[in-house]
Amino acid sequence: MNDLLIKVNGESVLLDACGAAFSPSYSTLMFADLHLEKGSSYARGRQFLPPYDSADTLRRMAQAIARHKPARVVALGDSFHDRDAADRLGVQERILLGELGRAAHFTWIAGNHDPHPPGWLNGEVAAELRLGGLLLRHEPACVPQAGEVAGHLHPCASVAKWGRSVRRRCFVSDGLRLILPSFGAYTGGLDVGDAAFTSLFAGSFHAYMLGTRRVYAMARRIAV
Amino acid sequence: MLPPKFQDWFASRGWQPRAHQLALADHAARGESVLLVAPTGGGKTLAGFLPSLIDLAEKPKRARKSALHTLYISPLKALAVDVARNLQAPIAEMDLPVTVETRTGDTSAARRQRQRHTPPDILLTTPEQLSLLLAHPRAAQMFAGLSTVVLDELHALYNSKRGVQVQLALARLQSLAPGHRRVGLSATVKDPAPLQRFLMPQPMGQECLSRLVIAKGGAKPKIEISTSDSYVPWAGHLARHAMIDVMAAIQSAKTALVFVNTRSQAERTFQELWAINDANLPIALHHGSLAQEQRRKVEAAMAKGNLRAVVCTSTLDLGIDWGAVDKVICIGAPKGAARLVQRIGRANHRLDEPSLALLVPANRFEVLECNAARDAVLAGELDGERLKTGALDVLAQHVLGSACAAPFFADALFTEVRAASPYAHLTREDFDAVVDFVATGGYALRAYDRYARLRKTEDGRFRLAHPRLAQEYRLNAGVIVEDPMVEIRLQGKGRPAGAGGRKLGELEEYFIEQLAVGDTFIFSGDVLRFEGLRETGAYVTRARDPEAQIPSYNGGKFPLSTFLAQRVREMVSNPASWSSLPDPVQEWLKIQEWRSVIPKPGQLLIETFPRGNRHYLVCYPFEGRLAHQTLGMLLTRRLERGRHHPMGFVANEYALAVWGAKDMGGIDMDALFDQDMLGDDLDSWLAESNLYKRTFRNCAIIAGLIQRRFPGKEKSGRQVTFSSDLIYDVLREHEPDHVLLRATYQDAGTGLLDIARLGDMLARVKKRLVTRRLDRVSPLAVPALLEISREMVAGEVDEAILRDNEDALIRDAMRVD
Repeated sequence: MNDLLIKVNGESVLLDACGAAFSPSYSTLMFADLHLEKGSSYARGRQFLPPYDSADTLRRMAQAIARHKPARVVALGDSFHDRDAADRLGVQERILLGELGRAAHFTWIAGNHDPHPPGWLNGEVAAELRLGGLLLRHEPACVPQAGEVAGHLHPCASVAKWGRSVRRRCFVSDGLRLILPSFGAYTGGLDVGDAAFTSLFAGSFHAYMLGTRRVYAMARRIAV
Repeated sequence: MLPPKFQDWFASRGWQPRAHQLALADHAARGESVLLVAPTGGGKTLAGFLPSLIDLAEKPKRARKSALHTLYISPLKALAVDVARNLQAPIAEMDLPVTVETRTGDTSAARRQRQRHTPPDILLTTPEQLSLLLAHPRAAQMFAGLSTVVLDELHALYNSKRGVQVQLALARLQSLAPGHRRVGLSATVKDPAPLQRFLMPQPMGQECLSRLVIAKGGAKPKIEISTSDSYVPWAGHLARHAMIDVMAAIQSAKTALVFVNTRSQAERTFQELWAINDANLPIALHHGSLAQEQRRKVEAAMAKGNLRAVVCTSTLDLGIDWGAVDKVICIGAPKGAARLVQRIGRANHRLDEPSLALLVPANRFEVLECNAARDAVLAGELDGERLKTGALDVLAQHVLGSACAAPFFADALFTEVRAASPYAHLTREDFDAVVDFVATGGYALRAYDRYARLRKTEDGRFRLAHPRLAQEYRLNAGVIVEDPMVEIRLQGKGRPAGAGGRKLGELEEYFIEQLAVGDTFIFSGDVLRFEGLRETGAYVTRARDPEAQIPSYNGGKFPLSTFLAQRVREMVSNPASWSSLPDPVQEWLKIQEWRSVIPKPGQLLIETFPRGNRHYLVCYPFEGRLAHQTLGMLLTRRLERGRHHPMGFVANEYALAVWGAKDMGGIDMDALFDQDMLGDDLDSWLAESNLYKRTFRNCAIIAGLIQRRFPGKEKSGRQVTFSSDLIYDVLREHEPDHVLLRATYQDAGTGLLDIARLGDMLARVKKRLVTRRLDRVSPLAVPALLEISREMVAGEVDEAILRDNEDALIRDAMRVD
């Protein structure tokens, strides 16, 4: 994988094409919005999405962890789609989760979908986490916040050319704060042109779109 | 012989009952189902209803229970309403004790409920409404006394998912009213057998056809082809050069229908006509993206005879008769002989007078196609259709609908479904997989058993797990899946995007997504400037820019028919037939013959040549854009694997052009075009293909995996609640044999990807490839190459540069040295 190195509030952060971000200085790998068991959550409303989303998400996490070999993994909230989601995890998924917990130290940041991540998970639960110049939390604050790394918004961007358009998940950053794309298999996206993003940044910002093998910085800075 | 009352009525009108009308009455008297094939203007609808009216007239009202006697199904709501109105005349004039009502999406809730308890004698409705009626617990009582089902415009219905939906409904009706008979009404078709099969329950392992009545044909149409001996465009579909001819044709007619193939062509043609409409003739525009009210207004003005012409798309291929239409003008490629007959038939509904039509080809290949289509129509030959198979998604919807009506035994439902001809070969395994899919999603990992939609009762029947599911079924039933649409809202200049705005119509979401703020496009007859996309729609202002970026939304939906392609190929390969073509077209073909080669019948010509710093490979299968696109995808994969470094390809209806950095002349073409590309290459490409993902989306919506609407949220703009691409990726990765992926694969064979047709082509040309290594572009390759430049420079380079490119290309191709 070709990662893209950017600076966030002076700290180096690697953007991985899988949608995770890695901080080499703190050996920390970050994922946002895993939404585990979203499929079974829909099944309760009798909409039967393929029940493989959690396994798929965890497998891709495992691949990223194997690549970066971090000391710490931080899940930036909404790791579970709803309050009972963790209880619905299948046996295979629990085993996978256990293996991940042994590969790195986990910090589960609480999100609005999972304000109280279950106690049986490996690692600790936290509201936010500070790593040097970085502040890791679920929901971005409404006022500009230097060093903030957050999820919650599921950013997506599209580029149009030659009468075709490509829409992908993306990282969003203005060099001071960083929003991660959602990582869960069944998570959709919100366009970076939406007011939810433009209101977060004082000036303009970049969208870093996820390609199959690399991250592409969107050529045009989006003016606010 | 008709009963005296009916004979008198015909006489009072000065009419003679037609032979086919009497024949239908005879078949009805014997209780036989029958297909009537008749041209427009043949009194087809009356023929279909006559036996029912006779039967109802003979049975005094009091002797009958209040029960539905005849059910009429039309693919068009407007047609059902129109037929109901037309039936009033004979009923009133003969004073028959017969009640007639329609049931459409517009029927009030109170009336719907009343119709279920006290149905009229004759009910006119649509396939969707019939499925909803059958999913109701009262269906058994409502249809118990049914005597006749009349299916109108069957040729337009039988080979589509809606046709499959109707066949499943007929199978259900067969169980509810075993004695009823069916009448199919169809325009002329090449092969009536599939339609006859449609009308009959199919016995296990056998084929059963309905009776057939073919009405006497009307007068042959008069078809002119507009051509110019001085100028015929090389490419494009707008026929700008011929607009003066089109205007003259409109002026010489009372009322004309001007058919085009795409909505963008309709917009553009409408603008071109108004630019030269010095006489200020009332000319209107009609296509599927315009607001409903606007379309209704045009139709009403047409019915009143207030218009001289309507520029329209296939939205007006079918529909109610407008007596005043006396000329049909078809701009662009006819695509198929049957389609052309259908369109020509919209003019002049009198059987003994010829319909008048003008074909306006927009480029050289279309000149060939128009000539081939005219010859076919005059010879009375039509295209056959490849029958669609599968439709496991439609079956899934039907299974849920059946459970909504009443608990069912799997064995009984399986037997019932197998009687419908699309499912005559359905295996029990597939049927059970579909039931399992409806119940719990049908996944190998049985994760959702506790949330099941269907549960087994003690006696082994499947029942609905919750009454709310019936409500959800009603909201989501139907097999027409629209592309996600965005409302287009016009606002005043200088106001922020999103403020106010009158609704102009709708456009496909994917088209809007590729617009940048400030882009201009033509819609609803105006040049509009895109101001921004908001939750409530796409906001636009009026632009005064005459050179708008033209929307390419929903380009040619219908590919060139196999039959017509065959005739065009024959025409090209037979120089003796060229004399009837305009001079520029003859010259084009003659230089092609001299510079390269004219392929013989059955051969596939492949040319390679350099141009600029690129190398091209161009082949001419004439199999339609969809099949060519699939071929292009597969060829570029193979070329890539062979390290020939292809860089791109472009497909049109007739040819496929691939380009790359290296000369492709030395490649073993027999190996490259081998049928084995439909194996692994196809599979690996499908995984990423957007068209295939769209096919999956349609199947997922029809089968009910993704719900379009939830109770209480019927009106929320963007219909689909979950991204089907995310589901597709996960399902393909984890359960590639899932029933929904199998349904998608079956659909892709005949649908958006035309794989089956590509397979036939590859088999046909095996060992019959003709290759030519040329030193420069050939005349036949020019139209395809022009499409490349159009695609690459759209909106990026000046028109002047484009024109210069075009001139240089043509000069090189036609140079005789």
